[in-house]
Amino acid sequence: MLVTKEKPISEIVAALEGADRIFIVGCAGCPEGWDSGGPEKVAALADKLAAKDKQVVGTAMIDFLCNKALVGLRLGRLVDTLKQADALLVVSCGVGVQATAAMVDLPCHPALNTLSSAGFQGLWPSAERCQQCGDCVLSLTGGICPVTTCAKSLLNGACGGSHNKLCEVEPDRPCGWYLIYERLKAQGRLDNLKKLIVPRDHRKFDIMQKERGTIRWALEAED
Amino acid sequence: MSRLQDMLEAGEFVVTGEIGPPKGIDTHEMAEEIEHLRGKVAAINVTDIQSSVMRLGSLIVSEHLVREGLEPVYQMVCRDRNRLALQSDLLSAAWVGVENVLALTGDHQYLGDHPDAKGVFDLDSVSLLHTITTLMGGKDLAGNDLEGAPKFFPGAVVTPCAEPLEPQIIKFEKKAEAGARYFQTQAVYDARHLENLMKQVEKFNVPVLAGIVLLKNAAMARYMNSYVAGVFVPDDLIAEMASVKRKDAKKKSAEIAGKLIKQMKDLCQGIHLMPLGWTDTIDDVLGHAGLA
Repeated sequence: MLVTKEKPISEIVAALEGADRIFIVGCAGCPEGWDSGGPEKVAALADKLAAKDKQVVGTAMIDFLCNKALVGLRLGRLVDTLKQADALLVVSCGVGVQATAAMVDLPCHPALNTLSSAGFQGLWPSAERCQQCGDCVLSLTGGICPVTTCAKSLLNGACGGSHNKLCEVEPDRPCGWYLIYERLKAQGRLDNLKKLIVPRDHRKFDIMQKERGTIRWALEAED
Repeated sequence: MSRLQDMLEAGEFVVTGEIGPPKGIDTHEMAEEIEHLRGKVAAINVTDIQSSVMRLGSLIVSEHLVREGLEPVYQMVCRDRNRLALQSDLLSAAWVGVENVLALTGDHQYLGDHPDAKGVFDLDSVSLLHTITTLMGGKDLAGNDLEGAPKFFPGAVVTPCAEPLEPQIIKFEKKAEAGARYFQTQAVYDARHLENLMKQVEKFNVPVLAGIVLLKNAAMARYMNSYVAGVFVPDDLIAEMASVKRKDAKKKSAEIAGKLIKQMKDLCQGIHLMPLGWTDTIDDVLGHAGLA
């Protein structure tokens, strides 16, 4: 099971700047088990957004957002509602956000940070990866993770080794920042690339002992 | 005060050179290269574990240049050191009189001779520039006060032939905002590529030095076309290198570099010459360029 933690509502609202109509997708898998997601949390988030003058046009719970086929199938049935939305807020780990972003044309924003799970990698049925960095930047990067798609895990855009859409480290490896550029360009959000991301807090990659001591962590260890 | 900064701010055309520290501590060849460049260039870049191949360090060689009465451009990559080491090295550099710092992300470690090394990339080129600016403001990255703020002339790199170019332009802007006061380019062999870049970065009002790498032979040119990201050597230059005998390669190489500089010098604010050891061609290159 992946360990996730709600982002502060102020960070979520800041990420949703310019998007007034929001659709919330929740993962009924790990975040529900970890108590950072699930139907009640999604309903609570909808209330919090409404209090910040956002219009929540709809919500959906999907079992395991990391399964792209399932995400496509379920969201496909909600096309009419999704058309009313400016952006999606995704209540899942980093993989679920990326899988959702790959299946819809709208900007997708993470509602959670995915914490280190001491090596547990979760359910990976597809290409998206989450490095459990504890400080999710998918909101800025079009729902494509630079930590896992860039060979150097860079946060401020492509390096000089990016050429013809490819990374310098292997002849056929796509440049993660090129993918991000393409996605943001298609969404008219290239300005995101101009935002400086300051050096990250690497403590967030770690799980402090006080977290490890919780009952949930202990249960996790039993798994 | 950095002479490089003085010249660029006065609008003077600048030529910088470059040396690569050796793998080992026999520095005879490097000393010769340094002497070839003395008096011919405004500053000398010292590469930092270039191409991820382990070698003598750029900070100590930069300091050596200062002691030799020359001006270094201390290249600094983010691949091998975290923010503690990078900030400490920046303070060390300032303390020994190194002012010009070129902030680079650094090639991936897989490309070098220690592909099994752990890449650090705690910072990247943009956040390193931000770090340099922060230190100059008297604080470290954690917000602590410094006893004595360092002074730097920070530079950065742009790749004019990257395809697509737009992400490079966006990053150029970001680097300028983070504190880059000048740019030098990745190797460029076609004035049209430079012209295209300059059109798009003019508005940021930061001086740009065009990067000229001496071609050593046709095989090297073909290798760069295949394996070095964002480097494009046109076929006619490859044919020109292929047309001469080995003993004449250096002469031809200098002639080509000079010709390129001549075509490019009105488009930009200076030239960054990367001789890859062939520093003895400097007079020839500058002569052909009309800069001697």
